[in-house]
Amino acid sequence: MGKVKGKPGPLARRPDNSAFKQQRLPAWSPMLTANTVLPFFYFMALICLLLGVWLLLTVQNTQEMKLDYTEAETCNKCFEMRKNVSNANETCICTVNFRIDKPFEGDVFFYYGLRNFHQNLRRYMDSRDDGQTVGRKKNLKDPSSYCEPFLKDPSGRPIAPCGAVANSIFNDSFTLRYHYSNGIGEVPLLREGLTWYTDKYIKFRNPTTDNLTLAQVFEGTAPPPYWQKPVYKLDPSNPMNNGFINDDFIVWMREAAFPNFKKLYGILFRNDNPFTKGLPAGNYSIDISYNFPVQYFRGRKEVVLTTVTWFGGQNHFLPIAYLVTSSLILLTAVVLTVVWWKFGKDGKNMKE
Amino acid sequence: MEAFWRRKPHVEKERRVKANAWDYNDRFSYADNRIKTSKYNIFTFLPINLFEQFQRVANAYFSVLLILQLIPEISSLSWFTTIVPLVFVLVITAVKDATDDYFRYKSDQQVNNRQSQVLIRGSLQNEKWMNVRVGDIIKLENNQFVAADILLLCSSEPYGLCYVETAELDGETNLKVRQALTVTSDLGDISKLMDFDGEVICEPPNNKLDRFTGTLYWKGNKYPLDNEKMLLRGCVLRNTEWCFGMVIFAGNSWFLMVLFSTSISCVYIFLLCLDGKVTDSLINILSTLTVVCASISAVFSGFLTFWSYIIILNTVVPISLYVSVEVLRLGHSYFINWDRKMYHSPMGTAAEARTTTLNEELGQVEFIFSDKTGTLTQNIMVFSKCSINGQMYVRALFKFFDSSLVEAIKMEDPAVQEFFRLLALCHTVMPEEKSEGNLVYQAQSPDEGALVTAARNFGFVFRARTPETVTLCEMGRTVTYQLLAILDFNNVRKRMSVIVRSPEGQIKLYSKGADTIIFERLDPSNLMICSLSQMFIFPSFFMQEFAGEGLRTLALAYKDLDEDYFKVWMKRLLFASTVIENREDQLAVLYDEIELGMKLLGATAIEDKLQEGVPETIACLNLADIKIWVLTGDKLETAMNIGYSCNIRVSSAGHVEKTDAFADDSVFEEAIIAEYALVINGHSLLEHILLDLACLCKTVICCRVTPMQKAQVVELVKRHKRAVTLAIGDGANDVSMIKTAHIGVGISGQEGMQAVLASDYSFAQFRYLQRLLLVHGRWSYFRMCNFLGYFFYKNFAFTLVHFWYGFFCGFSAQTVYDQWFITLFNIVYTSLPVLAMGLFDQNSLRYPSLYKPGQQNLLFNKRQFFLCTLQGMATSFLLFFIPYGAFPLMVKEDGSPFSDQQAFAVTIATSLVIVVSVQIGLDTHYWTAVNHLFIWGSLMVYFAILFAMQSDGLFGIFPSSFPFIGESGSVWQKSVWLVVLLTTVVCVMPGLVVRFLRVDLFPTLTDKVQQLQVYSKYFY
Repeated sequence: MGKVKGKPGPLARRPDNSAFKQQRLPAWSPMLTANTVLPFFYFMALICLLLGVWLLLTVQNTQEMKLDYTEAETCNKCFEMRKNVSNANETCICTVNFRIDKPFEGDVFFYYGLRNFHQNLRRYMDSRDDGQTVGRKKNLKDPSSYCEPFLKDPSGRPIAPCGAVANSIFNDSFTLRYHYSNGIGEVPLLREGLTWYTDKYIKFRNPTTDNLTLAQVFEGTAPPPYWQKPVYKLDPSNPMNNGFINDDFIVWMREAAFPNFKKLYGILFRNDNPFTKGLPAGNYSIDISYNFPVQYFRGRKEVVLTTVTWFGGQNHFLPIAYLVTSSLILLTAVVLTVVWWKFGKDGKNMKE
Repeated sequence: MEAFWRRKPHVEKERRVKANAWDYNDRFSYADNRIKTSKYNIFTFLPINLFEQFQRVANAYFSVLLILQLIPEISSLSWFTTIVPLVFVLVITAVKDATDDYFRYKSDQQVNNRQSQVLIRGSLQNEKWMNVRVGDIIKLENNQFVAADILLLCSSEPYGLCYVETAELDGETNLKVRQALTVTSDLGDISKLMDFDGEVICEPPNNKLDRFTGTLYWKGNKYPLDNEKMLLRGCVLRNTEWCFGMVIFAGNSWFLMVLFSTSISCVYIFLLCLDGKVTDSLINILSTLTVVCASISAVFSGFLTFWSYIIILNTVVPISLYVSVEVLRLGHSYFINWDRKMYHSPMGTAAEARTTTLNEELGQVEFIFSDKTGTLTQNIMVFSKCSINGQMYVRALFKFFDSSLVEAIKMEDPAVQEFFRLLALCHTVMPEEKSEGNLVYQAQSPDEGALVTAARNFGFVFRARTPETVTLCEMGRTVTYQLLAILDFNNVRKRMSVIVRSPEGQIKLYSKGADTIIFERLDPSNLMICSLSQMFIFPSFFMQEFAGEGLRTLALAYKDLDEDYFKVWMKRLLFASTVIENREDQLAVLYDEIELGMKLLGATAIEDKLQEGVPETIACLNLADIKIWVLTGDKLETAMNIGYSCNIRVSSAGHVEKTDAFADDSVFEEAIIAEYALVINGHSLLEHILLDLACLCKTVICCRVTPMQKAQVVELVKRHKRAVTLAIGDGANDVSMIKTAHIGVGISGQEGMQAVLASDYSFAQFRYLQRLLLVHGRWSYFRMCNFLGYFFYKNFAFTLVHFWYGFFCGFSAQTVYDQWFITLFNIVYTSLPVLAMGLFDQNSLRYPSLYKPGQQNLLFNKRQFFLCTLQGMATSFLLFFIPYGAFPLMVKEDGSPFSDQQAFAVTIATSLVIVVSVQIGLDTHYWTAVNHLFIWGSLMVYFAILFAMQSDGLFGIFPSSFPFIGESGSVWQKSVWLVVLLTTVVCVMPGLVVRFLRVDLFPTLTDKVQQLQVYSKYFY
């Protein structure tokens, strides 16, 4: 409408005879008939069944070991000690022991886990400055106000990295030891390559150094109040793993979706015997530098050792969910078939 | 609104205008002649337009949300999630308003700069229209537009006559005559006009186009003024070389009102899109959820959390809903405008949807109120029968008449001659001699034209009219009658008379009118004598018979007047016509007085043919369970007959049954015909008990109803039945009914444009009503219901995920999704497929009875709304808890943790987009190429935007706005796809099962028809 056509004569205002304007566009009208719906149901049931079985078989081959060390063994004393804030600067090292009956084959991953720690609270999640951690000089000295109340230290210096997330970083450290028949040896763990590629190389960057050392770059900033060492000294063993690109820091900054979560701490380094095939069966112990207090939020801490499958870690939920879905669909399909056979087949309901 | 702002501080009680006296007129500070229908100028556009836009509740609501989002303690979403769609809506509306206003400004400019000749300081000068002032004397020439409302002073034609065409005002194309006062009609030259210093005192400007009362004071005398002496702005002068007039009203006193009422239909109306109940229940749900969320979290921050959740959960009713509904309505209106099957080629008129907001109600109509003349019939009158002196004459084929009548005329039968003389004299028709010997009659109503033409065919040619004479050519002799008075027709009097003096000096009153009225006024002696002869019985009998054939009948009567009596009467008439107050009442009394004691001449019957396809249309609408009420001013027999011929009475085996059961007041006289149709003779108003009875019948015919009563009938049904009503009519007498009904339909036919201007839809023929209701209405309703159902489903599925997440994030109002996803979900990812469904979806049209679900509002009522939201809630539950079950355990293949919030967000978002896309696929009944394009396109756009938003580049520029960098990589994780697949299957399957069972076990009519179509495709 509105378009005045140049057509002369009495038909000048006649609407166009196009399929679109006359609502005669060619179309396909699908219809839910028993011929299409019932086979589809059986087909979906079959697909889900196959997937479920396959996943279940895969999961059966994985192994996992969980160990809650919050108050376990000697860690109990550390737990008590951390209840008192005044002891925050004292170190506390404890050891927990465990045994692996079946060897872990393949890559073995070492996680730390926290329970009841809400990394997903809105104000907590917002309390960070991605502009700062990507290495912007401006944000380094003048972080976003979202970091409140961890924006500046009492003397007015900007905190780097600012915000509640960074401040609450998990700072227990672990040493996994294998009990050889002839003594105790450290299990080699890779402490790098724990992050997503994009996190390590794009999302988190240090400010450009221009021949300066990291310490000089971060001069004029304060570490977060709960940190024991500044951000540029996080990994004394590897100078390239310091500042905002420290793996542990990046792992922590990827906020968990739920209050119970685990984060990667290390990967078994399988270069030397007896770890080339994974973790052998036997006795192990973990030395823990126990720093992170959990009693304030009634949380628990744990370590997890696990192998992975093609679809992730040991995950029984998916195979079971698929199997349950499959059986439900099958059941519905059978019921529908019966109903259709009894009532709807000869179209008696179709009669006017 | 507009009118309100511009209302002057003081209300004008009466207007005093003096000719050629600017100083005098300036004291009253009347409006000048500049018209301004545009609302804005460059500087006021932004503030005024924004102010107007924010007066709409929806816009105001969203801006409050926006303000909330600017408070960091509350803001759970970034401001852009609201501002992007809001600005989009505001800008689109503003651009539309601005262009509309610009065009108005252009047309104002064009009108204001038209030239007119104004008498200034003794000479005629060209002036722009906008500089014309009240009291000016202006000269108009042939075919010029009248520049202001002016009082006609004199013209080139004798007796100060002039002719105007009022097509721009009321759409009537016939010429109307205007006549100057006799005293001013000889002011034809400029010097006399310069000296003219009459003063007019009249009513203030109003929007009544057909009434004017005023008085001219000049040289110590009073002269009455009425509408006949006024030329209104917008008329065109025709057949008149020139005329002079004095400006009484300048500017756009009435113009604005007319314009305003049309432009409101174009305005975007955002709020009224939903049934009030739906909005209520939505708000209830929203606030309940919010209160739950807020009360669980600590009291300390409960208040802030409440607002935070309001922000998050507001997406159940997003802005895009309002926009989409508007787009759909607009689209549906265009489909009506574009429909060739509603295009009437003889007149070149296409159907027009004049409002966009009522399309879906067209699918729910239960009652149609139809006018008869011009709506069911063609309103082309043909003189078909007459009865003179008890003798009936019938029109044979085409123009050849009953030979006996021709005989009678040749015999110079005085009664027959008097009969046709009356027809030739008593009317208000204007003759127009286009070329030599080619007379064209300009009649205000077609039946008058038919009668005068009939008289011409029988040798009584109406040749010319001046205000004081009527010239006839009687059987070849030219006779001039002196016209002494015209007693005009109106709806109350239902008759018109003229008083003429024949060349012999005899004064006669000729009258024609509705038979009942005329019979009441016949001379009793005449009646008695007549009753002895067959004279009275026969016409009355014939009139019944005429009416029985669906003809329009008029009775004709005359009266000889006494010279002295007439003189006295005439004096009183002149006096009464100068009175300003109650003038019409006083005139009516005088008219009544002289129209008594007349002698009956005979009766005429005019045939009004049914329009094409009317019976079929009515039958079809009846099949669709639409009740049709015919409201007509005609008499019982005519009305019943039109009923017969329109197929209104279904069974022919009916019998007329008169019931007095509820005629307690003895004002009712009803006839129930075979339980199908009820005919109500209405001197009285309908009562509740009658309504119940009427609603049992498929059709009801109300006859003898006035325009006001038409509206009352509609109002009564509307109030007591709570059904959607539609009124259809073509004339000014239907306007009140059209405005009262939910939906008004105007037939653009013979009787001008007033009905069309008041209507919501207009087209040329009654039969298009079938297509409007059963096709466009039903589809609109069907589409809108599907659209709303899906839209609520989709947004509940989308939004309530936040609610479930609240249980795990300590009700901190943390959003599940990326903020960009929340911003774009409703306007990009899912908007087009549902729009395509709302525009193109179709279902079978084969049976009219498929219209019934709309009347019962089965497709979208409280129950359906509840089911939609339930499905949405269930979907959101599954969408959340399946990933929740899978996620805490999940790691990437390289062992890096995968249970973080961002990966979770992307997984749920992907599942959501896929689930709702599959669902729209299931909900779409009619897959056109556009649907395919939009559905697949939306999915592709989702992934394209996903990768773009989470790319390195955007993060590099705005690190804090795009924190989801690299998250699109999770799309490559197999576990994500396992979750998505599982979620999709689990979410879609239950709906599929329910639908299959319903179609199979409890099929609705629509399902059955669709099945039948599928089968017929297989088997034939």
